[in-house]
Amino acid sequence: MGDISPFQFQVVAALIFMIGVVGVLIRRNMIVMFMCIELMLNAANLSLVAFSREIGDDQGQILAFMVMVVAAVEVAVGLAIIISLVRNRDTVNIEDASQMKW
Amino acid sequence: MNEHVSPALRWIPLLPLAAAVLSGLWLVFAPRHLPRAAVILLAVGAPIASFAISLSQVFALATSFDSGQMFMTDNLYTWISAGDFHAELSFLLDPLSSVMILVVTGVGSLIHIYSVGYMDDDHRDDRGFQRFFVYLNLFTFAMLMLVLGDNLLVMFVGWEGVGLCSYLLIGFWFLDDANAAAGQKAFVVNRIGDFGFLLGIFLLFWSFADAGAPTVEFREMAANIGLLSEKVVALPSWLSFLPGFPSWGLLTLACLCLFLGACGKSAQIPLYVWLPDAMAGPTPVSALIHAATMVTAGVYMVCRMSFAFSLAPGAEATVAWVGAATALFAATIGLAQTDIKKVLAYSTVSQLGYMFIAAGVAGYSAAVFHLMTHAFFKALLFLGAGSVILGMHHEQDIMKMGGLRTRMPWTSFTFLVGVLAIAGVPGFSGFFSKDEILLAAHEAHDIPGHHTIWLIGLVTAGLTAFYMFRLYYLVFTGESRADHHTREHIHESPGWIVGPLVILAFLSFAGGLVGLPDAYGALVGIPQSNSLHYFLQPVAASPVHEVDAATEFSLAVTTTLVGFAGIALATLLYLVRRDLPAQIAGAIRPLYELVRDKYRIDELYDAVIVKPLVGFSRVVLARGVDQGLIDGLGVNGVASVFRGAADGVLKYAQTGLAQSYMFAMLLGGALLIAWLVGGA
Amino acid sequence: MKLAGLLTPQFWVFWIFSSAAVAGAAGVVGNVRNPINSALSLVVSMLALAGLYVLLEAQFVGLIQVMVYAGAIVVLFLFVIMLLNLRGSGASGAELQPLTKLVGTGLVVLGTLFLVRVLATGRAPWPDVDPSYGTTRAIGEALYSDYVLSVQVAGVLLLAGILAAVVLAKKKVD
Repeated sequence: MGDISPFQFQVVAALIFMIGVVGVLIRRNMIVMFMCIELMLNAANLSLVAFSREIGDDQGQILAFMVMVVAAVEVAVGLAIIISLVRNRDTVNIEDASQMKW
Repeated sequence: MNEHVSPALRWIPLLPLAAAVLSGLWLVFAPRHLPRAAVILLAVGAPIASFAISLSQVFALATSFDSGQMFMTDNLYTWISAGDFHAELSFLLDPLSSVMILVVTGVGSLIHIYSVGYMDDDHRDDRGFQRFFVYLNLFTFAMLMLVLGDNLLVMFVGWEGVGLCSYLLIGFWFLDDANAAAGQKAFVVNRIGDFGFLLGIFLLFWSFADAGAPTVEFREMAANIGLLSEKVVALPSWLSFLPGFPSWGLLTLACLCLFLGACGKSAQIPLYVWLPDAMAGPTPVSALIHAATMVTAGVYMVCRMSFAFSLAPGAEATVAWVGAATALFAATIGLAQTDIKKVLAYSTVSQLGYMFIAAGVAGYSAAVFHLMTHAFFKALLFLGAGSVILGMHHEQDIMKMGGLRTRMPWTSFTFLVGVLAIAGVPGFSGFFSKDEILLAAHEAHDIPGHHTIWLIGLVTAGLTAFYMFRLYYLVFTGESRADHHTREHIHESPGWIVGPLVILAFLSFAGGLVGLPDAYGALVGIPQSNSLHYFLQPVAASPVHEVDAATEFSLAVTTTLVGFAGIALATLLYLVRRDLPAQIAGAIRPLYELVRDKYRIDELYDAVIVKPLVGFSRVVLARGVDQGLIDGLGVNGVASVFRGAADGVLKYAQTGLAQSYMFAMLLGGALLIAWLVGGA
Repeated sequence: MKLAGLLTPQFWVFWIFSSAAVAGAAGVVGNVRNPINSALSLVVSMLALAGLYVLLEAQFVGLIQVMVYAGAIVVLFLFVIMLLNLRGSGASGAELQPLTKLVGTGLVVLGTLFLVRVLATGRAPWPDVDPSYGTTRAIGEALYSDYVLSVQVAGVLLLAGILAAVVLAKKKVD
């Protein structure tokens, strides 16, 4: 890999992950929040694949594949929920969905 | 070994129990009550069967006396087994308990028969009829447990049982609040006595255990009593006013505690107040429980524990003096009562006092003798009173009676027999038993002031004769003072009622013969005629008094004269010059009213004890401790702490926003990772 | 392929693609005006990641990344955005305050530092792997022998997801 160390891949993964975290916490648009969650999943995948190459075992890649499958399902269902939610309230702002407040 | 096992003994108490349980369960679970004939068969058959078995067992015991066998036992099972200590559920038939079971089952059976006729009047509801006999049988069971038990624990079970049944039966017609209150009063006052009884048991057990012989069984305690005879108890300094300070004999203390129990059960000062109120119950109950059997339990207990009392002179003197005081006190109250049952109630308290006089001067056989004769004539008097009440359509005020002799001949005659017996007229049973007590008191030189006690007994005998004849004259002689309607319906009572009256009359007359003093027996050529005395000697030994016949006869004559004086006075006031009583009462009005109002002792107790206690309970305990402390601080307080925490602090974590939840999760996750990795 | 020298192809590939990935991620978060912009940024980020996967000799994973993530998932996002007819910042929530941006950036930095502390393993870099590592054939063989159960479960999960999505998103029929 030349002089790219595995550590550098981890840094990238960490960075993308934290951007996703901050995005979820900051944004109010439900759909954008969801996208940030996808970012987090992707970051995790990157980390997995990098480690997998680092130790030479392809199990990490298989796990990354499974993560992708699950992410796909999750997006489908989650977006369906968001659609019903938005239909009912006519807003995509997360703060309008806080009925479980004390 | 002078011991014989007899498995038949257990059936004496168990048969009435079985009858009570069967009938009782039927009442609880079956939709309809049993047919009357079945109830009668069950309820009356059981005590009669017990009587038959008792008779055969006592006969067997008596005949085996010569071969040295003094008692029979029957062990059901080991109740408590803890290390060296064993307590069995076991019965003991010895001379003392023989007399008791014959009295209980014999007189008890007669009263059961009587009750069939008496409670028949209770047309209010037939369940009442069955319920009455369930309680009555249950009482018989408990009383038999009390007298047949071979240790203090079984006796205590019976003791509590009769207390319970007394409560149930006094308040039998509980729909009337006054009756229920009377039952409650009996139970509560009894409880105070029971407290003393329990203390006595504990003290004895603990002391015996300390001395190496842990037991509560009578024979074992009697055998080992020497271990305790020298022991003393150190009194705390705040009790310095008591005589005998700084230390009391252990046995004296224990016997006094036991005697407190006896005072409760046998209605002596200061715990007699429940007995007059107990007249609220049906008359057969008064006859059985409050005349013949339950109230004698205290006397029985003292006699049973004679081996301890005879080593505790302080306790003995106390017993004798309390008995004397009660006898006189109650007799004076009886002079001014106008309710037929109340007169008999105070008379019972007074006669029980006599029994304790006897027990206190160690005349145990005299006490038991009087217990027996009193059972006969007092039951007779009460049952007769019941017959009168029925005939007078539930009228109990003697001032409204009169002239019943012609309309109720059987009742009148048998009642007269009872009155003659209790007045101590020579020849009747009461004469012999009362005389034996007075003789024992006269000769008891180790009891301080015994001559005074004798004098008190003498005076009380006179008073007894007086007020009993007063009762007889007012109820049965002269013109009827009842209103026209009642007068029309006065009738003699049916056979169920009259039959037992006749039998008891016979016993009241002839029952004294078993205790015929030797002096009299010698006159007619019968040696050692006081069979009862000699029968009881192995168990309740009275000290031997060498009394010559002259002393005995002179004392008897004195007593008889005093008795006749009482009768004469009563005849004057209530037969000859009927106007005098009212005039006398008018002349000493304040005194008369004090006596008639039973010296206002109940009011005194109420003001000094009951009201403060109830007030304390209501204000301090109920409101203060229970509501305020336990409910308010404890239960509600703890709950409100949590509520405050949740409402004030914790609920703000529920923002409803997904983002705050996620942030919390991340924070937690980060901490977790840090902790896990931190070690590496 | 190991080439000596400062500027190897791997070096350039890595840095270009990783910058694109991070920039795309920032774009997702930072695009306040229009969610469509966020979605497109996401696509960029995912494609860049696919490139990184290939660099790590995970060809199959990279392929799937493009096909599934960029090609299906983000497309689904776009469909939903357009279905719900969201436009502009009126419906999509408020602007980001400057303070929020500051805090967010700070959080990113802190979090990254924290995570890399965890992720640093200090292992000797890059063992040799045989050429079949990460190929479709190799992954396929592994999936259908050692991990066949997982594959089946994943299938069931997908079915459940389909049903759920259909039921949830249906308009109520009057």
